[in-house]
Amino acid sequence: MNILVCIKQVPDMAGHFEPNEAATWFDEAGHAWRMNEYDTFAVEEAVRLKEQLGGEAEVTVLSIGPARVVETIRKAIAMGCDEGVHIDDADAPERDPWQIASMIAGFAAGRGFDLVFTGMQSEDRSSAQVGVLIAERLGVPCVTGITAFGWRDGEITVEREIEGGRNCSIRLKSPALLTCQQGLNSPRYPNLPSIMKAKRKALTILTPEELGLEKPKTRSTKFRLHERKTAGVVLEGDVQMLAVQVREILETKTAVLGKGGAR
Amino acid sequence: MKLLLVGEYRDGRLAAETAELFGFAARLDAEVSMVLVGSADDLPAFDGRFYLADLETYGEYQPDVHKRLVFEAIEGEQPDVVVFLHSSYGWDLAPRIAAAMQTAQVSGVVGIDDGGYVVESCNGKMLRTVHPETPVAVLTLQPGAFEALKMDAQPEVIKLDTSSESAIKFVGCRQPEAGVDLTRAEVIVSAGRGVGSADQVALVEALASALGGEVGASRQAVDAGWLDRSRQIGTSGQSVSPALYVACGISGAIQHLAGMKGSGIVLAVNTDRDAPIASVADVLVVADVAEFLPALVEALEKR
Ligand SMILES: Cc1cc2nc3c(=O)[nH]c(=O)nc-3n(C[C@H](O)[C@H](O)[C@H](O)COP(=O)(O)OP(=O)(O)OC[C@H]3O[C@@H](n4cnc5c(N)ncnc54)[C@H](O)[C@@H]3O)c2cc1C
Repeated sequence: MNILVCIKQVPDMAGHFEPNEAATWFDEAGHAWRMNEYDTFAVEEAVRLKEQLGGEAEVTVLSIGPARVVETIRKAIAMGCDEGVHIDDADAPERDPWQIASMIAGFAAGRGFDLVFTGMQSEDRSSAQVGVLIAERLGVPCVTGITAFGWRDGEITVEREIEGGRNCSIRLKSPALLTCQQGLNSPRYPNLPSIMKAKRKALTILTPEELGLEKPKTRSTKFRLHERKTAGVVLEGDVQMLAVQVREILETKTAVLGKGGAR
Repeated sequence: MKLLLVGEYRDGRLAAETAELFGFAARLDAEVSMVLVGSADDLPAFDGRFYLADLETYGEYQPDVHKRLVFEAIEGEQPDVVVFLHSSYGWDLAPRIAAAMQTAQVSGVVGIDDGGYVVESCNGKMLRTVHPETPVAVLTLQPGAFEALKMDAQPEVIKLDTSSESAIKFVGCRQPEAGVDLTRAEVIVSAGRGVGSADQVALVEALASALGGEVGASRQAVDAGWLDRSRQIGTSGQSVSPALYVACGISGAIQHLAGMKGSGIVLAVNTDRDAPIASVADVLVVADVAEFLPALVEALEKR
Protein backbone atom coordinates (compact mmCIF):
# COMPACT_ATOMS: atom_id res chain seq x y z
CA MET A 1 0.00 0.00 0.00
CA ASN A 2 1.51 3.20 -1.22
CA ILE A 3 0.08 6.55 -0.04
CA LEU A 4 0.95 10.09 -1.06
CA VAL A 5 0.03 13.19 0.96
CA CYS A 6 0.45 16.65 -0.55
CA ILE A 7 0.89 19.54 1.84
CA LYS A 8 1.44 23.27 1.61
CA GLN A 9 3.07 25.63 4.04
CA VAL A 10 1.06 28.81 4.61
CA PRO A 11 1.43 31.84 6.85
CA ASP A 12 -0.60 32.23 10.02
CA MET A 13 -3.79 33.89 8.79
CA ALA A 14 -4.04 36.13 11.85
CA GLY A 15 -0.86 37.89 10.67
CA HIS A 16 -0.74 41.17 8.78
CA PHE A 17 -0.46 40.96 4.98
CA GLU A 18 1.32 43.51 2.82
CA PRO A 19 1.43 43.31 -0.99
CA ASN A 20 4.84 42.56 -2.55
CA GLU A 21 6.35 45.18 -4.86
CA ALA A 22 4.57 43.94 -7.99
CA ALA A 23 1.35 43.47 -5.97
CA THR A 24 1.03 39.95 -7.36
CA TRP A 25 1.06 38.29 -3.92
CA PHE A 26 2.10 39.14 -0.35
CA ASP A 27 5.48 40.10 0.99
CA GLU A 28 6.79 37.14 2.98
CA ALA A 29 8.68 39.24 5.53
CA GLY A 30 7.55 38.84 9.11
CA HIS A 31 5.18 35.89 8.65
CA ALA A 32 5.06 32.83 10.88
CA TRP A 33 4.67 29.67 8.77
CA ARG A 34 2.77 26.49 9.44
CA MET A 35 1.01 23.61 7.68
CA ASN A 36 -2.15 24.53 5.77
CA GLU A 37 -4.91 23.38 8.10
CA TYR A 38 -6.78 21.29 5.51
CA ASP A 39 -3.51 19.44 4.85
CA THR A 40 -3.15 18.50 8.52
CA PHE A 41 -6.35 16.46 8.08
CA ALA A 42 -4.82 14.80 5.01
CA VAL A 43 -1.65 13.83 6.89
CA GLU A 44 -3.61 12.54 9.88
CA GLU A 45 -5.93 10.40 7.73
CA ALA A 46 -3.01 8.86 5.81
CA VAL A 47 -1.22 8.00 9.04
CA ARG A 48 -4.40 6.51 10.54
CA LEU A 49 -4.84 4.32 7.48
CA LYS A 50 -1.25 3.13 7.80
CA GLU A 51 -1.92 2.26 11.44
CA GLN A 52 -5.13 0.45 10.49
CA LEU A 53 -3.14 -1.63 8.01
CA GLY A 54 -0.64 -2.55 10.72
CA GLY A 55 2.23 -0.77 9.08
CA GLU A 56 1.67 -2.52 5.71
CA ALA A 57 1.76 0.86 4.06
CA GLU A 58 4.21 3.57 3.25
CA VAL A 59 3.21 7.22 3.43
CA THR A 60 5.15 9.75 1.36
CA VAL A 61 4.63 13.42 2.10
CA LEU A 62 5.36 16.01 -0.58
CA SER A 63 5.61 19.78 -0.46
CA ILE A 64 6.58 22.36 -3.06
CA GLY A 65 8.25 25.59 -2.06
CA PRO A 66 11.38 27.39 -0.93
CA ALA A 67 13.68 26.03 1.78
CA ARG A 68 11.27 27.09 4.54
CA VAL A 69 8.83 24.29 3.64
CA VAL A 70 11.27 21.61 4.86
CA GLU A 71 10.16 22.37 8.40
CA THR A 72 6.55 21.54 7.52
CA ILE A 73 7.59 18.33 5.73
CA ARG A 74 9.39 17.34 8.95
CA LYS A 75 6.27 18.08 10.95
CA ALA A 76 4.34 15.64 8.74
CA ILE A 77 7.06 13.03 9.20
CA ALA A 78 6.90 13.55 12.96
CA MET A 79 3.14 12.92 12.70
CA GLY A 80 3.89 9.54 11.12
CA CYS A 81 4.70 9.91 7.41
CA ASP A 82 7.60 7.69 6.28
CA GLU A 83 9.24 9.52 3.42
CA GLY A 84 9.57 13.22 2.63
CA VAL A 85 9.82 14.82 -0.82
CA HIS A 86 10.73 18.46 -1.22
CA ILE A 87 10.21 20.03 -4.64
CA ASP A 88 12.61 22.89 -4.23
CA ASP A 89 10.93 25.84 -5.92
CA ALA A 90 11.42 29.39 -4.71
CA ASP A 91 8.70 30.60 -7.10
CA ALA A 92 6.04 28.19 -5.81
CA PRO A 93 4.06 30.74 -3.75
CA GLU A 94 3.11 32.60 -6.93
CA ARG A 95 2.50 29.61 -9.17
CA ASP A 96 -1.08 28.93 -10.17
CA PRO A 97 -2.95 25.70 -9.38
CA TRP A 98 -2.30 24.37 -12.88
CA GLN A 99 1.47 24.59 -12.40
CA ILE A 100 1.42 23.09 -8.91
CA ALA A 101 -0.69 20.19 -10.18
CA SER A 102 1.64 19.66 -13.14
CA MET A 103 4.57 19.10 -10.78
CA ILE A 104 2.74 16.85 -8.34
CA ALA A 105 1.22 14.74 -11.11
CA GLY A 106 4.69 14.62 -12.67
CA PHE A 107 6.01 13.19 -9.43
CA ALA A 108 3.13 10.76 -8.83
CA ALA A 109 2.91 9.39 -12.38
CA GLY A 110 4.41 5.93 -12.57
CA ARG A 111 5.03 5.70 -8.82
CA GLY A 112 1.92 3.60 -8.27
CA PHE A 113 0.24 5.42 -5.42
CA ASP A 114 -2.89 3.60 -4.27
CA LEU A 115 -4.21 6.71 -2.57
CA VAL A 116 -3.42 10.40 -2.68
CA PHE A 117 -4.64 12.73 0.06
CA THR A 118 -4.60 16.51 -0.26
CA GLY A 119 -6.29 19.32 1.63
CA MET A 120 -9.47 20.58 -0.03
CA GLN A 121 -7.94 24.02 -0.49
CA SER A 122 -5.16 26.21 0.82
CA GLU A 123 -5.99 28.92 3.31
CA ASP A 124 -4.06 31.58 1.40
CA ARG A 125 -5.09 31.02 -2.25
CA SER A 126 -8.30 29.02 -1.57
CA SER A 127 -8.58 27.80 -5.15
CA ALA A 128 -9.67 24.24 -4.31
CA GLN A 129 -8.27 23.12 -7.67
CA VAL A 130 -4.96 21.36 -7.12
CA GLY A 131 -6.27 18.03 -5.83
CA VAL A 132 -8.83 17.59 -8.61
CA LEU A 133 -6.34 18.66 -11.29
CA ILE A 134 -3.83 16.05 -10.07
CA ALA A 135 -6.52 13.35 -10.14
CA GLU A 136 -7.59 14.29 -13.66
CA ARG A 137 -3.99 14.18 -14.85
CA LEU A 138 -3.43 10.80 -13.23
CA GLY A 139 -6.78 9.54 -14.48
CA VAL A 140 -7.96 8.41 -11.05
CA PRO A 141 -11.36 9.04 -9.44
CA CYS A 142 -11.53 11.86 -6.95
CA VAL A 143 -13.90 13.07 -4.24
CA THR A 144 -13.51 16.56 -2.81
CA GLY A 145 -14.07 17.77 0.73
CA ILE A 146 -14.33 14.46 2.56
CA THR A 147 -15.44 14.48 6.21
CA ALA A 148 -15.22 10.70 6.82
CA PHE A 149 -13.07 7.95 5.35
CA GLY A 150 -13.16 4.16 5.48
CA TRP A 151 -10.97 1.57 3.74
CA ARG A 152 -11.51 -2.16 3.18
CA ASP A 153 -9.30 -4.03 0.72
CA GLY A 154 -9.16 -1.27 -1.83
CA GLU A 155 -12.84 -0.34 -1.38
CA ILE A 156 -13.18 3.21 -0.16
CA THR A 157 -16.21 4.74 1.53
CA VAL A 158 -16.16 8.47 2.17
CA GLU A 159 -18.57 11.08 3.36
CA ARG A 160 -18.80 14.44 1.75
CA GLU A 161 -20.56 17.38 3.22
CA ILE A 162 -22.80 19.54 1.09
CA GLU A 163 -24.69 22.76 1.72
CA GLY A 164 -27.30 22.71 4.44
CA GLY A 165 -25.27 20.33 6.61
CA ARG A 166 -26.17 17.16 4.71
CA ASN A 167 -23.57 14.39 4.56
CA CYS A 168 -23.48 12.20 1.49
CA SER A 169 -21.93 8.77 1.43
CA ILE A 170 -19.87 7.79 -1.61
CA ARG A 171 -18.02 4.64 -2.68
CA LEU A 172 -15.06 4.31 -4.97
CA LYS A 173 -12.08 2.06 -5.56
CA SER A 174 -8.38 2.62 -5.23
CA PRO A 175 -6.37 4.12 -6.85
CA ALA A 176 -8.07 7.40 -5.98
CA LEU A 177 -7.47 10.93 -4.77
CA LEU A 178 -9.33 12.51 -1.86
CA THR A 179 -9.31 16.12 -0.74
CA CYS A 180 -9.84 16.61 2.98
CA GLN A 181 -12.22 18.98 4.75
CA GLN A 182 -12.48 20.13 8.35
CA GLY A 183 -14.27 17.63 10.56
CA LEU A 184 -12.52 14.59 9.02
CA ASN A 185 -10.35 14.00 12.09
CA SER A 186 -8.38 15.72 14.85
CA PRO A 187 -4.74 15.84 13.80
CA ARG A 188 -2.31 14.52 16.39
CA TYR A 189 0.47 16.42 18.08
CA PRO A 190 3.74 14.57 17.50
CA ASN A 191 5.75 13.65 20.60
CA LEU A 192 9.32 14.72 21.22
CA PRO A 193 11.05 11.49 20.11
CA SER A 194 9.16 11.57 16.77
CA ILE A 195 10.09 15.21 16.30
CA MET A 196 13.75 14.42 16.96
CA LYS A 197 13.64 11.44 14.61
CA ALA A 198 11.97 13.47 11.87
CA LYS A 199 14.74 16.05 12.09
CA ARG A 200 17.32 13.45 11.08
CA LYS A 201 15.30 11.99 8.22
CA ALA A 202 16.89 12.38 4.78
CA LEU A 203 14.51 13.99 2.27
CA THR A 204 14.29 13.49 -1.49
CA ILE A 205 14.92 16.81 -3.20
CA LEU A 206 13.65 17.38 -6.74
CA THR A 207 13.45 20.35 -9.10
CA PRO A 208 10.32 21.68 -10.85
CA GLU A 209 11.90 21.05 -14.27
CA GLU A 210 12.53 17.36 -13.72
CA LEU A 211 8.86 16.94 -12.77
CA GLY A 212 7.55 18.63 -15.89
CA LEU A 213 6.55 22.08 -14.64
CA GLU A 214 4.12 23.67 -17.12
CA LYS A 215 3.34 27.29 -17.94
CA PRO A 216 0.73 29.14 -15.87
CA LYS A 217 -2.84 29.56 -17.09
CA THR A 218 -3.61 32.61 -14.97
CA ARG A 219 -1.88 35.75 -13.78
CA SER A 220 -2.56 37.63 -10.53
CA THR A 221 -2.51 41.39 -10.09
CA LYS A 222 -3.53 43.97 -7.52
CA PHE A 223 -3.10 41.91 -4.39
CA ARG A 224 -4.63 44.25 -1.84
CA LEU A 225 -6.34 44.58 1.49
CA HIS A 226 -10.01 43.63 1.40
CA GLU A 227 -11.27 47.04 2.40
CA ARG A 228 -14.49 46.65 4.29
CA LYS A 229 -17.08 49.24 4.62
CA THR A 230 -17.58 48.86 8.32
CA ALA A 231 -20.99 50.23 8.89
CA GLY A 232 -20.04 50.34 12.52
CA VAL A 233 -17.55 51.46 15.09
CA VAL A 234 -14.27 49.97 16.19
CA LEU A 235 -13.69 50.13 19.93
CA GLU A 236 -10.35 49.64 21.62
CA GLY A 237 -8.92 50.22 25.07
CA ASP A 238 -9.49 49.16 28.64
CA VAL A 239 -11.95 46.25 28.84
CA GLN A 240 -13.96 47.67 31.75
CA MET A 241 -14.53 50.86 29.78
CA LEU A 242 -15.30 48.88 26.64
CA ALA A 243 -17.88 46.83 28.53
CA VAL A 244 -19.68 49.94 29.67
CA GLN A 245 -19.57 51.44 26.17
CA VAL A 246 -20.97 48.26 24.66
CA ARG A 247 -23.72 48.10 27.29
CA GLU A 248 -24.74 51.62 26.34
CA ILE A 249 -24.80 50.72 22.66
CA LEU A 250 -26.98 47.70 23.40
CA GLU A 251 -29.29 49.87 25.45
CA THR A 252 -29.74 52.49 22.77
CA LYS A 253 -29.56 50.43 19.58
CA THR A 254 -31.36 47.25 20.56
CA ALA A 255 -34.36 46.22 22.58
CA VAL A 256 -32.75 43.03 23.80
CA LEU A 257 -31.88 44.26 27.27
CA GLY A 258 -35.51 44.97 27.98
CA LYS A 259 -36.70 41.53 26.92
CA GLY A 260 -35.66 39.09 29.58
CA GLY A 261 -32.07 39.97 28.88
CA ALA A 262 -29.84 41.18 31.70
CA ARG A 263 -32.15 41.93 34.56
CA MET B 1 -19.04 37.32 -24.96
CA LYS B 2 -20.69 33.89 -24.65
CA LEU B 3 -21.23 32.28 -21.26
CA LEU B 4 -22.21 28.73 -20.49
CA LEU B 5 -23.71 28.70 -17.00
CA VAL B 6 -23.70 25.46 -15.05
CA GLY B 7 -26.87 25.31 -12.96
CA GLU B 8 -27.22 23.03 -10.05
CA TYR B 9 -29.75 20.79 -8.34
CA ARG B 10 -29.41 20.20 -4.63
CA ASP B 11 -31.55 17.86 -2.59
CA GLY B 12 -33.86 17.32 -5.55
CA ARG B 13 -34.47 21.01 -6.20
CA LEU B 14 -32.97 23.80 -8.24
CA ALA B 15 -30.40 25.53 -5.99
CA ALA B 16 -31.56 29.09 -5.28
CA GLU B 17 -28.10 30.53 -6.01
CA THR B 18 -28.48 29.45 -9.64
CA ALA B 19 -30.15 32.83 -10.14
CA GLU B 20 -26.82 34.48 -9.21
CA LEU B 21 -25.26 33.00 -12.34
CA PHE B 22 -27.70 35.08 -14.37
CA GLY B 23 -26.86 38.13 -12.27
CA PHE B 24 -23.21 37.64 -13.10
CA ALA B 25 -23.97 37.22 -16.82
CA ALA B 26 -25.97 40.45 -16.77
CA ARG B 27 -22.98 42.28 -15.26
CA LEU B 28 -20.92 41.18 -18.27
CA ASP B 29 -23.77 41.84 -20.67
CA ALA B 30 -23.12 38.40 -22.09
CA GLU B 31 -25.07 35.96 -24.21
CA VAL B 32 -26.04 32.97 -22.06
CA SER B 33 -26.84 29.32 -22.31
CA MET B 34 -27.15 26.91 -19.42
CA VAL B 35 -26.39 23.28 -18.73
CA LEU B 36 -28.08 21.49 -15.86
CA VAL B 37 -28.63 18.01 -14.55
CA GLY B 38 -32.14 18.48 -13.28
CA SER B 39 -35.77 17.79 -13.90
CA ALA B 40 -37.97 19.41 -16.51
CA ASP B 41 -40.56 20.65 -14.01
CA ASP B 42 -38.23 23.01 -12.12
CA LEU B 43 -36.14 25.01 -14.57
CA PRO B 44 -35.04 28.62 -14.48
CA ALA B 45 -36.46 30.93 -17.10
CA PHE B 46 -34.12 32.80 -19.43
CA ASP B 47 -33.61 33.60 -23.07
CA GLY B 48 -31.15 31.12 -24.55
CA ARG B 49 -30.33 27.46 -25.05
CA PHE B 50 -30.83 25.04 -22.21
CA TYR B 51 -28.87 21.78 -22.15
CA LEU B 52 -30.76 19.49 -19.86
CA ALA B 53 -29.79 16.06 -18.57
CA ASP B 54 -32.14 13.99 -16.47
CA LEU B 55 -31.55 14.06 -12.72
CA GLU B 56 -33.07 10.60 -12.17
CA THR B 57 -30.67 9.04 -14.63
CA TYR B 58 -27.48 10.93 -13.79
CA GLY B 59 -27.91 11.71 -10.10
CA GLU B 60 -26.90 14.75 -8.08
CA TYR B 61 -23.26 13.81 -7.53
CA GLN B 62 -21.62 11.68 -10.21
CA PRO B 63 -18.78 14.01 -11.10
CA ASP B 64 -17.29 11.91 -13.89
CA VAL B 65 -20.69 11.55 -15.55
CA HIS B 66 -21.57 15.22 -15.06
CA LYS B 67 -18.20 16.14 -16.51
CA ARG B 68 -19.12 14.34 -19.74
CA LEU B 69 -22.52 16.06 -19.82
CA VAL B 70 -21.14 19.55 -19.26
CA PHE B 71 -18.48 18.84 -21.81
CA GLU B 72 -21.13 18.00 -24.41
CA ALA B 73 -22.82 21.31 -23.81
CA ILE B 74 -19.45 23.03 -24.18
CA GLU B 75 -18.92 21.32 -27.52
CA GLY B 76 -22.36 22.41 -28.67
CA GLU B 77 -22.06 25.97 -27.42
CA GLN B 78 -18.35 26.85 -27.75
CA PRO B 79 -18.54 29.42 -24.91
CA ASP B 80 -15.83 31.90 -23.94
CA VAL B 81 -16.47 31.33 -20.26
CA VAL B 82 -17.95 28.39 -18.35
CA VAL B 83 -19.45 29.56 -15.07
CA PHE B 84 -20.14 27.45 -11.97
CA LEU B 85 -21.09 28.36 -8.42
CA HIS B 86 -18.32 27.93 -5.87
CA SER B 87 -20.43 25.32 -4.09
CA SER B 88 -19.75 21.72 -3.14
CA TYR B 89 -20.96 20.86 -6.66
CA GLY B 90 -19.08 23.60 -8.50
CA TRP B 91 -15.68 23.46 -6.84
CA ASP B 92 -15.68 19.72 -7.39
CA LEU B 93 -16.71 19.75 -11.04
CA ALA B 94 -15.09 22.94 -12.37
CA PRO B 95 -11.45 21.75 -12.20
CA ARG B 96 -12.45 18.55 -14.03
CA ILE B 97 -13.72 20.70 -16.89
CA ALA B 98 -10.69 23.02 -16.75
CA ALA B 99 -8.40 19.96 -16.89
CA ALA B 100 -10.26 18.44 -19.84
CA MET B 101 -10.16 21.73 -21.75
CA GLN B 102 -6.65 22.67 -20.59
CA THR B 103 -7.96 26.09 -19.63
CA ALA B 104 -7.53 28.60 -16.85
CA GLN B 105 -9.81 28.39 -13.84
CA VAL B 106 -10.54 31.20 -11.39
CA SER B 107 -12.17 30.06 -8.12
CA GLY B 108 -14.50 31.93 -5.80
CA VAL B 109 -15.06 35.04 -7.93
CA VAL B 110 -16.55 37.95 -5.95
CA GLY B 111 -16.17 40.73 -8.51
CA ILE B 112 -15.20 41.81 -12.01
CA ASP B 113 -12.25 44.12 -12.54
CA ASP B 114 -10.65 45.28 -15.71
CA GLY B 115 -10.83 42.07 -17.75
CA GLY B 116 -9.99 40.02 -14.67
CA TYR B 117 -11.91 38.46 -11.83
CA VAL B 118 -11.63 39.47 -8.19
CA VAL B 119 -11.15 36.70 -5.63
CA GLU B 120 -10.52 36.62 -1.90
CA SER B 121 -7.21 35.44 -0.47
CA CYS B 122 -5.75 34.75 2.95
CA ASN B 123 -9.04 33.67 4.57
CA GLY B 124 -10.90 36.66 3.21
CA LYS B 125 -8.53 39.33 4.50
CA MET B 126 -7.08 40.19 1.11
CA LEU B 127 -8.27 40.46 -2.50
CA ARG B 128 -6.51 39.95 -5.81
CA THR B 129 -7.49 40.13 -9.45
CA VAL B 130 -6.90 37.00 -11.50
CA HIS B 131 -6.58 37.14 -15.28
CA PRO B 132 -7.10 33.98 -17.32
CA GLU B 133 -4.38 33.56 -19.94
CA THR B 134 -6.25 31.05 -22.09
CA PRO B 135 -8.92 31.77 -24.72
CA VAL B 136 -11.59 30.00 -22.68
CA ALA B 137 -11.90 30.33 -18.89
CA VAL B 138 -13.70 28.36 -16.21
CA LEU B 139 -15.02 30.33 -13.22
CA THR B 140 -16.67 29.48 -9.93
CA LEU B 141 -18.68 32.32 -8.34
CA GLN B 142 -18.74 32.81 -4.60
CA PRO B 143 -22.38 32.36 -3.53
CA GLY B 144 -23.84 35.66 -2.38
CA ALA B 145 -21.35 37.77 -4.35
CA PHE B 146 -23.61 38.54 -7.31
CA GLU B 147 -27.19 39.63 -7.35
CA ALA B 148 -29.78 36.94 -8.01
CA LEU B 149 -31.59 37.71 -11.23
CA LYS B 150 -34.94 36.23 -12.18
CA MET B 151 -35.97 36.29 -15.83
CA ASP B 152 -39.10 35.26 -17.62
CA ALA B 153 -38.29 34.17 -21.19
CA GLN B 154 -38.58 30.53 -22.23
CA PRO B 155 -35.31 28.78 -23.07
CA GLU B 156 -34.96 26.35 -25.94
CA VAL B 157 -34.40 22.95 -24.28
CA ILE B 158 -31.84 20.54 -25.73
CA LYS B 159 -31.68 17.07 -24.15
CA LEU B 160 -28.27 15.71 -23.18
CA ASP B 161 -27.36 12.08 -22.79
CA THR B 162 -24.21 10.15 -22.03
CA SER B 163 -23.22 6.82 -20.57
CA SER B 164 -24.04 6.71 -16.86
CA GLU B 165 -20.99 4.59 -16.09
CA SER B 166 -19.15 6.05 -13.10
CA ALA B 167 -16.13 5.23 -10.98
CA ILE B 168 -17.85 7.03 -8.12
CA LYS B 169 -20.90 5.46 -6.55
CA PHE B 170 -23.25 7.83 -4.79
CA VAL B 171 -24.88 5.94 -1.93
CA GLY B 172 -27.11 8.59 -0.37
CA CYS B 173 -27.35 11.58 1.94
CA ARG B 174 -28.11 11.93 5.62
CA GLN B 175 -30.09 14.97 6.68
CA PRO B 176 -28.47 16.85 9.55
CA GLU B 177 -29.60 15.73 12.98
CA ALA B 178 -32.32 17.87 14.42
CA GLY B 179 -31.14 19.90 17.39
CA VAL B 180 -31.52 23.40 18.70
CA ASP B 181 -33.46 25.67 16.39
CA LEU B 182 -31.61 28.97 16.36
CA THR B 183 -33.61 30.48 13.55
CA ARG B 184 -36.11 32.07 15.94
CA ALA B 185 -33.64 33.29 18.58
CA GLU B 186 -33.70 37.03 19.31
CA VAL B 187 -30.12 37.01 20.60
CA ILE B 188 -27.32 34.66 19.61
CA VAL B 189 -23.86 34.70 21.16
CA SER B 190 -21.51 32.58 19.07
CA ALA B 191 -18.20 31.02 19.96
CA GLY B 192 -15.35 30.71 17.47
CA ARG B 193 -11.87 29.31 17.61
CA GLY B 194 -10.62 32.51 19.25
CA VAL B 195 -12.49 31.49 22.40
CA GLY B 196 -9.48 29.27 22.92
CA SER B 197 -10.69 26.12 24.68
CA ALA B 198 -13.74 24.09 25.69
CA ASP B 199 -13.52 25.55 29.20
CA GLN B 200 -13.67 29.09 27.95
CA VAL B 201 -16.98 28.39 26.17
CA ALA B 202 -18.49 28.99 29.64
CA LEU B 203 -17.71 32.69 29.14
CA VAL B 204 -19.79 32.71 25.98
CA GLU B 205 -22.60 30.84 27.72
CA ALA B 206 -22.54 33.34 30.56
CA LEU B 207 -22.95 36.24 28.14
CA ALA B 208 -25.74 34.42 26.28
CA SER B 209 -27.56 33.89 29.52
CA ALA B 210 -27.05 37.49 30.64
CA LEU B 211 -28.59 38.60 27.33
CA GLY B 212 -31.34 36.01 27.44
CA GLY B 213 -30.06 34.43 24.21
CA GLU B 214 -28.87 31.20 22.66
CA VAL B 215 -25.32 29.99 22.08
CA GLY B 216 -24.18 29.55 18.48
CA ALA B 217 -20.86 28.40 17.05
CA SER B 218 -18.50 28.64 14.12
CA ARG B 219 -17.53 25.46 12.42
CA GLN B 220 -14.16 25.54 14.12
CA ALA B 221 -15.76 25.55 17.55
CA VAL B 222 -17.97 22.63 16.54
CA ASP B 223 -15.18 20.60 14.97
CA ALA B 224 -13.08 21.12 18.08
CA GLY B 225 -15.91 19.43 19.99
CA TRP B 226 -16.69 22.48 22.12
CA LEU B 227 -20.30 22.77 21.03
CA ASP B 228 -22.93 20.59 19.42
CA ARG B 229 -23.07 20.53 15.61
CA SER B 230 -26.68 21.67 15.67
CA ARG B 231 -25.41 25.06 16.92
CA GLN B 232 -23.23 25.68 13.87
CA ILE B 233 -24.03 28.81 11.92
CA GLY B 234 -23.12 29.20 8.26
CA THR B 235 -23.43 27.54 4.88
CA SER B 236 -23.21 24.06 6.34
CA GLY B 237 -25.17 24.93 9.45
CA GLN B 238 -28.13 27.15 10.26
CA SER B 239 -28.98 30.52 8.76
CA VAL B 240 -30.05 32.91 11.49
CA SER B 241 -31.36 36.46 11.75
CA PRO B 242 -31.49 37.49 15.42
CA ALA B 243 -31.92 41.09 16.55
CA LEU B 244 -28.46 40.84 18.14
CA TYR B 245 -25.61 38.59 17.02
CA VAL B 246 -22.43 38.49 19.09
CA ALA B 247 -19.43 36.87 17.37
CA CYS B 248 -16.78 35.92 19.93
CA GLY B 249 -13.38 35.00 18.47
CA ILE B 250 -14.84 34.39 15.00
CA SER B 251 -12.83 35.54 11.99
CA GLY B 252 -15.84 35.95 9.71
CA ALA B 253 -15.08 33.48 6.92
CA ILE B 254 -17.46 33.83 4.00
CA GLN B 255 -19.13 30.53 4.91
CA HIS B 256 -19.86 31.81 8.40
CA LEU B 257 -21.08 35.22 7.22
CA ALA B 258 -23.52 33.50 4.86
CA GLY B 259 -25.38 32.19 7.89
CA MET B 260 -25.64 35.39 9.95
CA LYS B 261 -25.63 38.30 7.50
CA GLY B 262 -29.32 38.85 8.11
CA SER B 263 -28.80 39.70 11.79
CA GLY B 264 -29.92 43.06 13.17
CA ILE B 265 -27.03 44.39 15.24
CA VAL B 266 -23.72 42.52 15.01
CA LEU B 267 -21.23 42.83 17.82
CA ALA B 268 -17.83 41.22 17.19
CA VAL B 269 -15.12 40.61 19.74
CA ASN B 270 -11.79 39.93 18.12
CA THR B 271 -8.11 40.59 18.81
CA ASP B 272 -7.49 41.21 15.09
CA ARG B 273 -8.99 44.47 13.86
CA ASP B 274 -8.46 43.37 10.22
CA ALA B 275 -10.56 40.22 10.67
CA PRO B 276 -13.21 39.91 7.93
CA ILE B 277 -15.98 39.90 10.56
CA ALA B 278 -15.43 43.68 10.63
CA SER B 279 -17.28 43.90 7.32
CA VAL B 280 -20.58 42.98 8.95
CA ALA B 281 -19.99 44.23 12.49
CA ASP B 282 -21.87 47.27 13.75
CA VAL B 283 -19.51 47.23 16.70
CA LEU B 284 -16.07 45.62 16.62
CA VAL B 285 -14.49 45.37 20.04
CA VAL B 286 -10.77 44.78 19.63
CA ALA B 287 -10.10 42.72 22.74
CA ASP B 288 -9.37 39.27 24.09
CA VAL B 289 -12.61 37.36 24.66
CA ALA B 290 -11.25 35.99 27.94
CA GLU B 291 -11.04 39.53 29.31
CA PHE B 292 -13.89 41.27 27.58
CA LEU B 293 -16.72 38.76 27.98
CA PRO B 294 -16.59 38.62 31.81
CA ALA B 295 -16.32 42.41 31.90
CA LEU B 296 -19.42 42.77 29.73
CA VAL B 297 -21.38 40.25 31.78
CA GLU B 298 -20.47 42.19 34.90
CA ALA B 299 -21.44 45.51 33.31
CA LEU B 300 -24.80 44.04 32.27
CA GLU B 301 -25.44 42.67 35.74
CA LYS B 302 -24.76 46.07 37.29
CA ARG B 303 -27.66 47.62 35.45
C1 LIG C 1 -17.38 24.05 2.34
C2 LIG C 1 -17.17 24.78 3.59
C3 LIG C 1 -18.26 24.99 4.41
C4 LIG C 1 -18.09 25.67 5.60
N1 LIG C 1 -19.18 25.90 6.39
C5 LIG C 1 -19.03 26.64 7.50
C6 LIG C 1 -20.16 26.97 8.32
O1 LIG C 1 -21.29 26.57 8.07
N2 LIG C 1 -19.95 27.72 9.42
C7 LIG C 1 -18.71 28.20 9.77
O2 LIG C 1 -18.60 28.90 10.79
N3 LIG C 1 -17.64 27.89 9.02
C8 LIG C 1 -17.77 27.13 7.90
N4 LIG C 1 -16.67 26.81 7.17
C9 LIG C 1 -15.35 27.11 7.73
C10 LIG C 1 -14.90 28.53 7.53
O3 LIG C 1 -14.25 28.63 6.28
C11 LIG C 1 -13.91 28.93 8.63
O4 LIG C 1 -12.84 28.01 8.67
C12 LIG C 1 -14.54 29.01 10.02
O5 LIG C 1 -15.74 29.75 9.98
C13 LIG C 1 -13.57 29.68 10.94
O6 LIG C 1 -14.04 29.59 12.26
P1 LIG C 1 -13.53 30.65 13.33
O7 LIG C 1 -13.86 32.01 12.88
O8 LIG C 1 -14.07 30.20 14.64
O9 LIG C 1 -11.97 30.38 13.38
P2 LIG C 1 -10.76 31.21 12.79
O10 LIG C 1 -10.94 31.54 11.38
O11 LIG C 1 -9.54 30.50 13.21
O12 LIG C 1 -10.86 32.60 13.57
C14 LIG C 1 -10.55 32.77 14.91
C15 LIG C 1 -10.66 34.25 15.18
O13 LIG C 1 -10.49 34.48 16.56
C16 LIG C 1 -9.65 35.58 16.76
N5 LIG C 1 -9.03 35.42 18.07
C17 LIG C 1 -8.00 34.59 18.40
N6 LIG C 1 -7.76 34.66 19.72
C18 LIG C 1 -8.64 35.53 20.22
C19 LIG C 1 -8.91 36.00 21.54
N7 LIG C 1 -8.20 35.58 22.59
N8 LIG C 1 -9.90 36.90 21.71
C20 LIG C 1 -10.63 37.34 20.63
N9 LIG C 1 -10.44 36.91 19.39
C21 LIG C 1 -9.46 36.01 19.18
C22 LIG C 1 -8.69 35.56 15.61
O14 LIG C 1 -8.18 36.87 15.37
C23 LIG C 1 -9.59 35.07 14.47
O15 LIG C 1 -10.19 36.15 13.80
C24 LIG C 1 -16.81 26.13 5.98
C25 LIG C 1 -15.73 25.92 5.16
C26 LIG C 1 -15.88 25.27 3.95
C27 LIG C 1 -14.70 25.09 3.06
